[in-house]
Amino acid sequence: MGPALLSMDNVERVFGGGKTLLGRVLPAVHAVQGITLEVQRGETLGIVGESGCGKSTLARMLVGLDAPTGGSITFDGEDLAALARSDPRAVARKIQYVFQDPLASLNPRKTIRAILEAPLIHLLGMDRHRRGQRLEELMRDVNLTPEFLDRYPHEFSGGQAQRIGIARALAAEPELIVLDEPVSALDVSVQAQVLNILEGLKREFGLTYLFISHDLSVIESVSDRVAVLYFGNLVEIGSAASVFDSAQHPYTRLLLNSAPAPGRKSLAAEDAETELPDPFNPPPGCAFHARCPSRSNRCREQEPVLECATDDAHHRVACHHPNIRTTVK
Amino acid sequence: MPGTIDAADPIKNRKPARPDSIRLLLNNQLATAGLLVFCLIVVLAIAAPLLPLGDPDATDLANRLLAPSAEEHILGTDSLGRDILSRLVWGTRVSLAVGISATLIAAFFGSLIGLVAGYAAGRTDTLLMRGIDMIMAFPYILLALAIVAVLGPGLLNALYAIAVVNIPFFARNIRGIALGLSRREFVDAARLSGKSNVQILFGEVLPNVLPVIIITMSTTIGWMILETAGLSFLGLGAQPPQADLGSMLGQGRKVLFTSPHVSIIPGLMIFALVMSINLLGDGIRDVLDPRLKSGSLTRPVARTAIERSFVPDVAALREDAILDIQGLRTEFRIGSEIYRAVGGVDLSIDKGECLGVVGESGSGKSVSAMSVMGLVPTPPGRITGGVALLGGEDLFSASNERIRQLRGAAVSYVFQDPLSTLHPLFRVGEQLVEAIQAHGSMTGSQAREKAENLLRMVRIPNPGERLKAYPHELSGGMRQRVSIAMALANDADVIIADEPTTALDVTVQAQILSLLDALRKQNNTGILFITHDFGVVSAICDRVAVMYGGKIVETGTTEEILAAPAHPYTAKLIDCVPVLGEPQRRLDAIEGRPPVVNNLPDGCAFAPRCFHARDDCRSGEIEMTMLGARRGVRCLFPLGEPKQVRETTKKGTR
Repeated sequence: MGPALLSMDNVERVFGGGKTLLGRVLPAVHAVQGITLEVQRGETLGIVGESGCGKSTLARMLVGLDAPTGGSITFDGEDLAALARSDPRAVARKIQYVFQDPLASLNPRKTIRAILEAPLIHLLGMDRHRRGQRLEELMRDVNLTPEFLDRYPHEFSGGQAQRIGIARALAAEPELIVLDEPVSALDVSVQAQVLNILEGLKREFGLTYLFISHDLSVIESVSDRVAVLYFGNLVEIGSAASVFDSAQHPYTRLLLNSAPAPGRKSLAAEDAETELPDPFNPPPGCAFHARCPSRSNRCREQEPVLECATDDAHHRVACHHPNIRTTVK
Repeated sequence: MPGTIDAADPIKNRKPARPDSIRLLLNNQLATAGLLVFCLIVVLAIAAPLLPLGDPDATDLANRLLAPSAEEHILGTDSLGRDILSRLVWGTRVSLAVGISATLIAAFFGSLIGLVAGYAAGRTDTLLMRGIDMIMAFPYILLALAIVAVLGPGLLNALYAIAVVNIPFFARNIRGIALGLSRREFVDAARLSGKSNVQILFGEVLPNVLPVIIITMSTTIGWMILETAGLSFLGLGAQPPQADLGSMLGQGRKVLFTSPHVSIIPGLMIFALVMSINLLGDGIRDVLDPRLKSGSLTRPVARTAIERSFVPDVAALREDAILDIQGLRTEFRIGSEIYRAVGGVDLSIDKGECLGVVGESGSGKSVSAMSVMGLVPTPPGRITGGVALLGGEDLFSASNERIRQLRGAAVSYVFQDPLSTLHPLFRVGEQLVEAIQAHGSMTGSQAREKAENLLRMVRIPNPGERLKAYPHELSGGMRQRVSIAMALANDADVIIADEPTTALDVTVQAQILSLLDALRKQNNTGILFITHDFGVVSAICDRVAVMYGGKIVETGTTEEILAAPAHPYTAKLIDCVPVLGEPQRRLDAIEGRPPVVNNLPDGCAFAPRCFHARDDCRSGEIEMTMLGARRGVRCLFPLGEPKQVRETTKKGTR
């Protein structure tokens, strides 16, 4: 692999914390705990995880809407957090974001034209004539007719609104697009439309995607590589084929076994005791140990680090006992 | 690029579903009356210089305190012999001008403070709002008096005082709205489009706050006119000889008993003015407030109205069916439009059976389920046909009291979001006990014991302790378990579960599905399971009914339908979802959009999106063709040969 387009080095985000005036320590939540990963130019990195795993916090830090409290994010050799402070528009020209809820991310009182023009004016400084042309191109890129430009967001269905959201991200001509659950608010029949458009755009413009989702089948169908997050930690990362075919971390396997699929009769169901750890008071050792069928004393004491567990040098897992098969029939 | 360009299909929806704002306002008779009176007064005041009125300040001591209807002085004269009619019109002009200017000034500064405080949040917010609190800590009239005392009496100073006193009112209102708006995703999106804070505040947030500012103005302007009159009455506003309504009232006070008309006439004018503004303001608020606009002003009744024009023959009840719905039709009437959300649905559930109802949003699956126990809000909904037989009893002809007894007992519901169905202020134990005692005469301790057993039954660890928890203290999965426990509290025959796992994580979803599956087998409970996910259907449902455009288009066992969907829509619906283990599979999107149920096409509702559609499909009523005892399809040209049974790959075991 060549030099990474985006690299995260031990990125942390802590919410709360600090002390009151009287010296009482305030509770802190470690939303993202020391994540290190790289995104190569032109690939799609899928990020999977359940609610509370820190995937949205990670996404917001990447686009400069939030700043890491520790570690560093480098984009194309530049420190992203420093750039976001000094020139947020420069970040927005390189990295764009597609929101989960398409309608909530469009201002209800603005026409589509006004929404799509904003990045052209503020980020690219285009003149009126060029903007007109570019707007039409953008609408065509996402399979919408340019006549829609003078409509308001409420006149669109969820799938159309999400395509407008994609067009807005595209307008800034970014290199990387962070897609935060872009299809989970959509009807199943519309999901495919949006996924197919994303696929086409990537090929046409040589984009790099960071695709965040809780839906494993969607992640599998779009990703080149996959990273699995649990409780703010990266627990497994590797090529999509490798992770989905020979999942090493017990949590990844649990996710795979829990996912419903047409024709699949029984799903892995854990006991009700198995819950996420308390984010204010994370347990020592592996965060997953309370739910893990193959836990040992070592898991309770020592935090596992990302290591290669298979022949594939790029497939790494943070587990003391990788690949102990415990699947449910 | 895959897919075709979405042509101008929202155009069909361009006709507004709701009547526009002006029409809504005119529908409100009180507001219309207010509008008329207010307009009349404003026109009169504006036209004052053109009217054939005498000089309002010309004194004529010879004709002082003339009664109304005197010659040349229709409304009489005051103690200095000035014409009251002329003074009234000119005085109204002054009062209106002061009231409106004060409102504009207060709205401008108050909204600005509110916007900045709400958008900036943090320290700026604290500083600004504590400043506003300090203004509010003074009784407003005292503060106004103090300001006038410092600046000296005079109309302009009274105007400033009233504006300052009313700034907090705007600031607090607007700040709350701006605070919520500033955390919305479109603000983040604008930031990523390169907009600066000032551009976001005035370009993105302000347009959304504007209706609130207008509402606040319309409800405060009357109040401001009253306050102006109050200050003038005290002699701190308009200075003699200038007339305004308050000073006229003040001067009339001295001769109140000898010539009451001198004070009554300006008093009536103040009354008419303020009353008309308040009525109009309330009307504007009702029209502009989105919560009121969406129809919340009309409170739905406890049970859906039933106006059946069609009742099928009840004798055709299947024997093992616990719930049998036949020919159900439910409509919504909004404005002049009729939305046929459910257009003749047949569903039957056996004891211990799980029937999945699958469809896109808007297909009518939830409305069908809600219609069973009359939970569709009326207005605008009504059941216009069909029967729902619960063990032979027609639920649509049952009395309201009977329905109340059956709800939550024989038929219970589990909804998508347990956080909004559980009451946030009561402990889950109290809510369970309430559900138990509503349907049986149990003592408190018996009911509590039963509640604990119920929690144990849904496998909540440490049930005794969890009874004391509030809903927000439980995780999403635990809350959904509590909802299921509540549905089971009175030995339900049928549980209607409306997307009960859609809001949950996959691992929790798997837990809830296996729990529901075990419980229905253990208690022999029928489940009507609404979902859009064929994966979830596979995991729990015995049979499936696929809905489209308010009708069932295909029904059969889960295996039959997954292996060989007969309706093109079912096949498309299965094919468009990515399947774990088949990353290379091309996803076939269903082009076009689901039909709008107020304008269903003739013939098959799916025909416009169907590749197999022929001319026959576009006319007449397509009947359900039975392919087996309980296998039917509503299609003239069903897909024939069975498809290859999809391999049920298990990723973890490969």
